[in-house]
Amino acid sequence: MTATAPARATEPVAVDAPEVRGPGARRTWVPMVVAASIMIVISLVSVCVGPVSVPPSQVLGTLLAHVPLLHFHTSTPPIDQAIVWQLRMPRIVLAGLVGAMLAAGGAAYQGIFRNPLADPYLLGVAAGAGLGATIEIVYGGDSSTFLPIFAFVGGSLAVAATYLIGVAGGRRAWGRSIVLAGVAVAALLTAIQTYLQQRDAEQIRQIYNWILGSFSVASWSDVTLILPYVVVSAAVLLAHRRMLDVLRVGEEEAGTLGIHAARTRLIVVAAATLGTAAAVSVSGLIGFVGIIVAHTVRLTAGASYRIIVPVSMIAGAAFLIGADLIARTVEAPAEVPIGVVTACIGAPFFLFVLVSRRAARGVGVGDT
Amino acid sequence: MARLGTVIRLAERRGRRGAGPQGDGAMVELGGVTVRFDGRVVVDAVTASVGRGEWVGLIGANGAGKTTLIKAVAGLVDHDGEVRVGGKSSAAMGRRERARSVAYVPQSPELPADMSVTDYTLLGRTPHIAYLAVESRADLSQCAELLERLGLAPLAARPLSTLSGGERQRVVLARALAQEAPVLLMDEPTSALDLSHRMEALESVDELRREWGLTVVSALHDLTLAGQFADRLLLLSGGSVAAFGTPAEVLDESVLGEAFDCAVRIIRTDDGELVIVPRRTVPRRAGPAHAGDEGDKEAQ
Repeated sequence: MTATAPARATEPVAVDAPEVRGPGARRTWVPMVVAASIMIVISLVSVCVGPVSVPPSQVLGTLLAHVPLLHFHTSTPPIDQAIVWQLRMPRIVLAGLVGAMLAAGGAAYQGIFRNPLADPYLLGVAAGAGLGATIEIVYGGDSSTFLPIFAFVGGSLAVAATYLIGVAGGRRAWGRSIVLAGVAVAALLTAIQTYLQQRDAEQIRQIYNWILGSFSVASWSDVTLILPYVVVSAAVLLAHRRMLDVLRVGEEEAGTLGIHAARTRLIVVAAATLGTAAAVSVSGLIGFVGIIVAHTVRLTAGASYRIIVPVSMIAGAAFLIGADLIARTVEAPAEVPIGVVTACIGAPFFLFVLVSRRAARGVGVGDT
Repeated sequence: MARLGTVIRLAERRGRRGAGPQGDGAMVELGGVTVRFDGRVVVDAVTASVGRGEWVGLIGANGAGKTTLIKAVAGLVDHDGEVRVGGKSSAAMGRRERARSVAYVPQSPELPADMSVTDYTLLGRTPHIAYLAVESRADLSQCAELLERLGLAPLAARPLSTLSGGERQRVVLARALAQEAPVLLMDEPTSALDLSHRMEALESVDELRREWGLTVVSALHDLTLAGQFADRLLLLSGGSVAAFGTPAEVLDESVLGEAFDCAVRIIRTDDGELVIVPRRTVPRRAGPAHAGDEGDKEAQ
């Protein structure tokens, strides 16, 4: 359509045109820098603190020694180097990846379902992963090598089932029918998981530990296992940050803006699910991250997904690294399950969000 | 004085409208457009042509098919027959191309409560921005200009939930205009507004239409306003075209009476405006009006 371009018919970019701050411009970097700074500080504290205290200078030396091509030689004792590089760093990196993924997945789900209470487990990924992990623990023998794969496959299959049932429930009531399908699928899978767990009482402790989540056995191999999924998923979600804003006007209006809403939703849900399934497969079912991080970012940094998605990733990483630090230090040398730590912070925060939303009740509440 | 101003403005518009549709050729052509919902025919073989720069008002009773016809032109509902925009078949256009040709203001738009006026207006740039890209500086300044033009610049940073009904209406219009589409579809754009805001909103659409050569197709509930603003009126009845012509031709007592199943009287004012007055079927009750009113209230 070149016939008439109405607004361009007037003089473009007049000198006295008022300045408009776009949602993608200056406003984004401030919360990004703040979140990144917090994440770096928490990571540094986390790598220094533990049963063996390693001074920051030796931590830095160890890290530099592992930078490729730098050929840095550190005077840090080998045992401290091992603690930093083999025990704490993989744990921090893994917690960061999982936190980033759960928070960004939560933000994406909230955008797609236009529901402030949506979290990445909404469509049954947690129940599916839980069942997969339980099957592996009960039938897989002593080795838990395949546990992440079982959890990943279980989580992905559960969401695929939910999605197919939800879509069959009708395109018009898509959001509602898919959420209901998610509830039903999760209930069914949890019931099967509980049955298997009760039948094999010896393994209950191991299953229970996995469900509550932990990074206590984190290794670099876990990091390399989930990294490809997390990178792809994060890239897709970041690329769709503007699309998530467009989808907020609803399927019909997004359609008149030239967007294929159903296809866009499917891409975002698939990416968020893949990343979440990969994350929980190595960490267990850590709750509340997807809700509280995305909401904190929304309340403090801005309501546009162009801000929420990238900042949630960084803030989610910072949050889970911090939660893991608490989990392994408050009752040292014992460890508190990290799911307990995130829920202890998450539940009160959840109530706060509910109350503040009610206070701000105006047009379109319930819409995110 | 305000009344006088309105009368003068109305007279001016009537004078300007004398020129008829601007430009050349048809901008929107409907050829036997039929829409079925679950086998029920909602829009029945509508054939009509809207000239470039013309304002066509869709009128008709509730359920006559106005909204569905607008949605068919916007490409939102499956239909038989052909919709051509700017000479090109709408069915042959991709979503983005259609969104660059046709902008749509829905009857009750979805307004994300915490989204700012600027961010919302920028959504209108979507068909001009690559799928995974974000707005350029040119997009930002285009929106700034548009907000300035519609008197929304002071509200640019405000969340949508804090706006009044009239402001919201203008913001939705701004978003639609940001699409830079030559055709603007509006579905009862002013039904929620009071009289002065309704006039204001329609006046600004009319001004922009003339300035930018927009083609406007809008469903309008208020027949008097429809007659005042539209160049031609398309009267739908039971999904098919009952009448299509100038307001003077369509706003006819017998035509309207049949389409709306309600007796109306049409009064021509001194300055040539047509006013549509429905006739009561039950005559006003005689006797003390106040006492009667109170009695009714108590009964409720």
